[in-house]
Amino acid sequence: MEKFTTHTGLVVPLDIANVDTDQIIPKQFLQKTERVGFGVHLFHDSRYLDHSGKEPNPEFILNKPEYKGTSILLARENFGCGSSREHAPWALEEFGFKVVIAPSFADIFYGNCINIGLLPIQLSEDEIEQLFTQSQDAKLTLTVDLTNNNVSFINETGTKISFSFELGEFHKYCLEEGVDSVGWTLNKLDTIEAFESKMPSWQ
Amino acid sequence: MTISTTPQTLYEKLWQTHLVEEKAGETPLLYVDRHLIHEVTSPQAFANLRFNNRPVRHPERTIATMDHNISTRSIKIDAAGEGAANQLRALEKNCKDFGIELFGMGHKNQGIAHVMGPELGLTLPGTIIVCGDSHTATHGAFGALAFGIGTSEVEHVFATQTLRQTKAKTMKVQVNGHVGKGISAKDIILAIIGKTGSAGATGYVVEYCGEAIEALSMEERMTVCNMSIEFGAKAGLVAPDQTTFDYVEGREYAPKGDVWQQAVNDWKQLKSDDGAVFDSVVTLEAKDIKAQVTWGTNPGQVTSVDGIVPSPDDFNDLTEKESCVSALAYMDLAAGTKITDISVNKVFIGSCTNSRIEDLRAAANVVKDYTAKGQRVQSSIDAIVVPGSYRVKAQAESEGLDKVFSDAGFEWRLPGCSMCLGMNDDVLEEGDRCASTSNRNFEGRQGRGSRTHLVSPEMAAAAAIAGHFVDLNS
Repeated sequence: MEKFTTHTGLVVPLDIANVDTDQIIPKQFLQKTERVGFGVHLFHDSRYLDHSGKEPNPEFILNKPEYKGTSILLARENFGCGSSREHAPWALEEFGFKVVIAPSFADIFYGNCINIGLLPIQLSEDEIEQLFTQSQDAKLTLTVDLTNNNVSFINETGTKISFSFELGEFHKYCLEEGVDSVGWTLNKLDTIEAFESKMPSWQ
Repeated sequence: MTISTTPQTLYEKLWQTHLVEEKAGETPLLYVDRHLIHEVTSPQAFANLRFNNRPVRHPERTIATMDHNISTRSIKIDAAGEGAANQLRALEKNCKDFGIELFGMGHKNQGIAHVMGPELGLTLPGTIIVCGDSHTATHGAFGALAFGIGTSEVEHVFATQTLRQTKAKTMKVQVNGHVGKGISAKDIILAIIGKTGSAGATGYVVEYCGEAIEALSMEERMTVCNMSIEFGAKAGLVAPDQTTFDYVEGREYAPKGDVWQQAVNDWKQLKSDDGAVFDSVVTLEAKDIKAQVTWGTNPGQVTSVDGIVPSPDDFNDLTEKESCVSALAYMDLAAGTKITDISVNKVFIGSCTNSRIEDLRAAANVVKDYTAKGQRVQSSIDAIVVPGSYRVKAQAESEGLDKVFSDAGFEWRLPGCSMCLGMNDDVLEEGDRCASTSNRNFEGRQGRGSRTHLVSPEMAAAAAIAGHFVDLNS
């Protein structure tokens, strides 16, 4: 996993609540055995007018030329609900997103993001609203500072606006250091074996 | 088992008995007793094990099945299409290489993971069960802490038999009294989700309590717990009782003899203590619950069959109002339409929510009532019945249910996840409207541009024959 410390990028606002992982990556694209090839199918049903994905929908915000190169997705409440498919954060990451910002995330999606190094940031409704206003017409470039737990931008009057966010201590450590979480736990095999030796036989 | 003097919830007991390590600065480490895997969310986890030259630490604690993208018309792997066949063959090879037991195509134990686990006695009270599938909460019906995980976590469980988990908040959903005649477990859970909204339990583990829950069979409890994720819950739980023990006893993988007795003694402690404090409590009166039908594009957009499609004006919350506008447009429904006036052209009876033997019996009973009056599935409607496993299929056929369905014009299929998510060829066409016993009515879930109404097996069966939703109690 790549290390994450700071990131500055263009924000794209997706003004829809309860975006589920079926919308992020529909089921017909889950038949791969490899870890790549999902970004092109991100938001397929909204992004393309046809089933085969050859005709981009010009109305969908990710297809608007002014948002080309975006790396920060701004979303509404309960983002990533539904299916546990990790293919959803894989698709977001492969498309080029480094950060997803929302007022709330579904639990499994949130954990999946952390596990692949895609930073999920939860902000208050009021802060999210301000970001939606600022990000119209591709006018918002945001700096995400994981070390100091904040996001910041310069507003139209030249003032720096900063919002702080919370992240679990270990989640932050894993993202900053690009920790191999499996390897980390394998270093604790003695503790796990000690636990197993005390388990009841039916378990 | 840990005995604490402070009153604990069932969730806290399960947490404590599985806590391998809790250390400052690290997310707590929990032990995983049972891991269920399938073809879709496991291949990349196996690939990483190979890349890092790591074994599966306890292959005997993992069981594999083929369910998500298999054909329901043929047991041949290739019948599922090239991409699916590739994944199914990868699962065969991975299970062989890593020493994992697999119930492949046509095996007597094959089935949807959440139907197969319980019926084989793999699902036990007091355990932690995970699977790369969000409906893993189903197993919570046994008093197991069961939840869906991503592929990175599948890999973590393979390599370590543990998972890192942040402790959830606790919610008690209390359903007082008894439901009326003809009200199913599906109606209970849809009514709960309708009350809380589709994200009402995000961040929580839910425990279902009350007389109405205690009165449910294991199959019915599984239907309730299955949809915990549909209001955002990490997991759903029902405290194990005699109903649970009677169901588990004697099943193929369940403990036997003295070990069984020890297990039951331990399991009897698995309930929330008097005075245990929940972070949130939701209460429903069972007598008020009517048969439910979803009208929108998330499971919280639901009403009773004698109701009408709501108007955006019925919602005060701006997000709910906007969601209602877009849902009505997608579903092509006008506010004020009577639910019983909504016609369907497709019917799906199946999925890990409603494909167990009791579900099929309930649907078949409705079908029999109609066929006794000379009515059968309308010619304009395609209706399929997909049992949840080969064991369910065999049981249903021994009771003649397959014949009840096929004589009435339903197609009787082979087990699998099927049209719940449409990863195989059981997909709705654009504009189709389906009465479905599955768990998600998301936009495009059963096929791009298709419309899903979530209902009970009884309601789906009636809709197939009447052509529209029916208030069976009127």
